[in-house]
Amino acid sequence: MTDFFRIAWLVMRKDLTIEVRSREILYTTLFFAMSCVLVFAFSFVKEGRALDDAAAGILWIAIAFSGTLALGRTFERERHAETLRALMMAPADRPAIYLGKLMGVLVLMAVVELIVVPLVGVMFQAPLLAHPFQLLALLATGTLGFAAVGTLFAAMLGRARSRDVLLPVLLYPITVPVIIAGVRGTAALFQAEVDEPMVRTWVAMLVFFDAVFVTLALWTFEPVMTE
Amino acid sequence: MDFTRLTLSDVSRNFGRRRALARVSFDCDAGEIVGLLGPNGAGKSTLLGILATLVAPSSGEVRYGEHTAREAGAELRRRIGLLAHDLHLYPELTAGENLEFFGRLYGVRDARARVAGWLERAGLGDRRDDPVSGFSRGMRQRLALERALLHDPRLVLLDEPFTGLDDGATFALVERLRGLKAKGCLVLLATHDLETVEGLVDRVAVLREGRLVEMAGGGGSLRERFRAVTR
Repeated sequence: MTDFFRIAWLVMRKDLTIEVRSREILYTTLFFAMSCVLVFAFSFVKEGRALDDAAAGILWIAIAFSGTLALGRTFERERHAETLRALMMAPADRPAIYLGKLMGVLVLMAVVELIVVPLVGVMFQAPLLAHPFQLLALLATGTLGFAAVGTLFAAMLGRARSRDVLLPVLLYPITVPVIIAGVRGTAALFQAEVDEPMVRTWVAMLVFFDAVFVTLALWTFEPVMTE
Repeated sequence: MDFTRLTLSDVSRNFGRRRALARVSFDCDAGEIVGLLGPNGAGKSTLLGILATLVAPSSGEVRYGEHTAREAGAELRRRIGLLAHDLHLYPELTAGENLEFFGRLYGVRDARARVAGWLERAGLGDRRDDPVSGFSRGMRQRLALERALLHDPRLVLLDEPFTGLDDGATFALVERLRGLKAKGCLVLLATHDLETVEGLVDRVAVLREGRLVEMAGGGGSLRERFRAVTR
């Protein structure tokens, strides 16, 4: 078991070392997510007041779109010199490779959220600090569910010709429950009077999705990666 | 796990409707170098992919000693080293970081301490901290060879290992392969550099359109025999 996590850690550290050096994924996803929020802010904020629930929807759209970009670029790097095949050749449990890639994507998405969430708070006057731990729980569980499926599909599509088109086509329908739970939970949290039982219900739903998606992804990674 | 014999029985592989390999059967033993020859698209890289456990055969079976890849799992991959046509190196990382990463991935003890020795053997001792993106094809090829061999594999699979190498590096590689043979490694190399491998390979397997058309000793002019078989 320790070897499993050692391999996952190695893969994640390698991905982050490359990203710290190039900053390519971070800058592009951040720019994309911020543009998304700003454009929607011009549409949905009138006379200093945002439309009901708009902040929650925009936040999760920005997370999903920028996450897709990060997933695509992360695996494009592995495709460039076929290094994903080298990882598959390693004498390690292949799910450990998946876990390492997933953790790398999660760190990147977390950094983007660190900038985008306050931006949404400012542009849409969303009460971010009213219930910070519940917001954190929604973001963490929602991001994990989205990235868990995304990492599996991005790895699977690594050798497909139309991978850039296919990734969102496959990813969004399957992660719709995660996005909806994220949006509804965040909307409940951003209301003037917070509906705490509702927030807890959506967080519980996201935890359930995470458990299902991560388990399925770990289980199917080895067979889907064998050509 | 370890093994000293590799056995292929009726191995076929289809990609959609295209048959890349058709009922290929042969075996080889430790301490043997087998040359895989054939024109472009003959199925050499597919065969190496199957032997490396990256590609599953559509039918037939590969046995590593007593085991199949499915039975042996990750432990089998510890005994296989692959130098593919794509070099499996991260261009953003330095030469040292690449070798250290793969050394650790393969569970090599003291990987960081051994990096200097590996780089020295690749003739890149003074380029440890340089990113691989700045290397020439030949330098990358030498580094990728070290990456493929750093865990002392039993089965060594090489796809066009002489690509981009100058005369000195080619000579060093030939000597290295002789060393691997003496150590009891089982080496399969796919190449078009027939003159270079003459006298080096013990046997040649000639593939054409996915079929094994000749399996014979490595003596004589490989160029003439290759032409005769693939004409």
